[in-house]
Amino acid sequence: MTTPDSPEGTSALPADALPVAGTAVAAPTGEPATLRNVAHRGGPANPAAAALAARFGDAVLRTEVVWGETTVFVRTDAVHDIVRWLHDDPAHQYDYLSDVTAVEYRDHERPIEVVWHVRSLTYRRFLRLKTSLEKRAALSVPSITDIYSGADWLERECYDMFGIRFEGHPDLRRILLWESYREGYPLRKDFPLRGRFSRAEQLKQALAADPEARYSMEELSIAQAFDSLPVEMQQRLAADRAAGTVPKVGE
Amino acid sequence: MGLTSADHRVAAVDPSSQDGWLTTRLDFAVNWARAGSMWPMPFGTACCAIEFMSTAASRFDLSRFGMERLSYSPRQADLLICAGRVPLKLAPVLRRIYQQMPQPKWVISMGACASTGGMFDNYAVVQGIDTIIPVDVYVPGCPPRPEALLHGIIMLHKRLMTERLRDKTRHVEIEPDPSSQLYIPPSRIDELSEPFGNSVHQTRSNP
Repeated sequence: MTTPDSPEGTSALPADALPVAGTAVAAPTGEPATLRNVAHRGGPANPAAAALAARFGDAVLRTEVVWGETTVFVRTDAVHDIVRWLHDDPAHQYDYLSDVTAVEYRDHERPIEVVWHVRSLTYRRFLRLKTSLEKRAALSVPSITDIYSGADWLERECYDMFGIRFEGHPDLRRILLWESYREGYPLRKDFPLRGRFSRAEQLKQALAADPEARYSMEELSIAQAFDSLPVEMQQRLAADRAAGTVPKVGE
Repeated sequence: MGLTSADHRVAAVDPSSQDGWLTTRLDFAVNWARAGSMWPMPFGTACCAIEFMSTAASRFDLSRFGMERLSYSPRQADLLICAGRVPLKLAPVLRRIYQQMPQPKWVISMGACASTGGMFDNYAVVQGIDTIIPVDVYVPGCPPRPEALLHGIIMLHKRLMTERLRDKTRHVEIEPDPSSQLYIPPSRIDELSEPFGNSVHQTRSNP
């Protein structure tokens, strides 16, 4: 018999679910598996990798295990289905999206990679999904905001810094830089550290931005904050919208 | 800082031989009152603001210099203390805060980043707030110690004591250049924000 508060009380979960993903990897020297002696490459992959390969076939390109963490490279057009399946499947339940970001390499020929970090709180597993985008083609990947609401600002940041368009995002605007920023995407390798314009031009453009025109009606309604605003503020925002002084999405 | 007995000697002199002696006395009284009751508005964006808090706290005690009350509204402030780096996105905000302060007003730029951009010689950070608003005192340091900020405040007091009511420039709002909305010419801004230290020179293209 197991008591409800003992570790065996969670026997509904599979046996490999309890340890943290990194610690489950056996150390090459036979020492106890700790986060300090996890193998650099190799080791048992996250079970989701095999499940994805079985379920999605060609859409899963390859799997890497680095420092005990599994990376699954997938085709760009399949990202949405894969994330949806990982989120919904009862055997995986990746219910927490920790990051959406991108990587551009120094090698000009290497494609840009978009990275999703998902975590299963139920099974205590971590999975990294990557997809490649050729620089010559349009940088566009499916948005997963309909699966994780938290992807909203992460995708906006990724768009702001790398210029990657997330198709299906409800409000894809810059988030860190101001919306009228015209110098490009700062984390791209071809972006000079000090920006493209002269300092005076940068200041002129920054000072021309209106500090109070940052929030759109869409932003307020997406957050469902609009209905909770005071009536006079709702009226003011609606009037601003009608007068065209509040920027609309995509402008 | 009070009226010493030496100051009363002015009254003993024949007024007709001392042109404007009354104005001189009023200057002194007004400046003395202003310097002794300046209301600072902290605009803290980074680690300099921590040093500013330390300056205002009991060990260094900003209230010894008549700054008992920190004003968190620009409309009731005399002195803007900009502590920390200012990103370009914050530039219009800082400009608007400065313009909301009533005349006469003073600005202290606290720390390397507020004064020059500091180590943040990149696309996102203003290279010195004097490119956005007029600055009276620069306090160097990364961050400056509270003594350095106090030194800057005393410097400002000394400068304030030399001001004359006859001089109207202090009470006139400085308008930026209407076409560029900048206080100093663009060429000078580019010159001021040229690379220094270990910054690399990079190619730029004009828009």
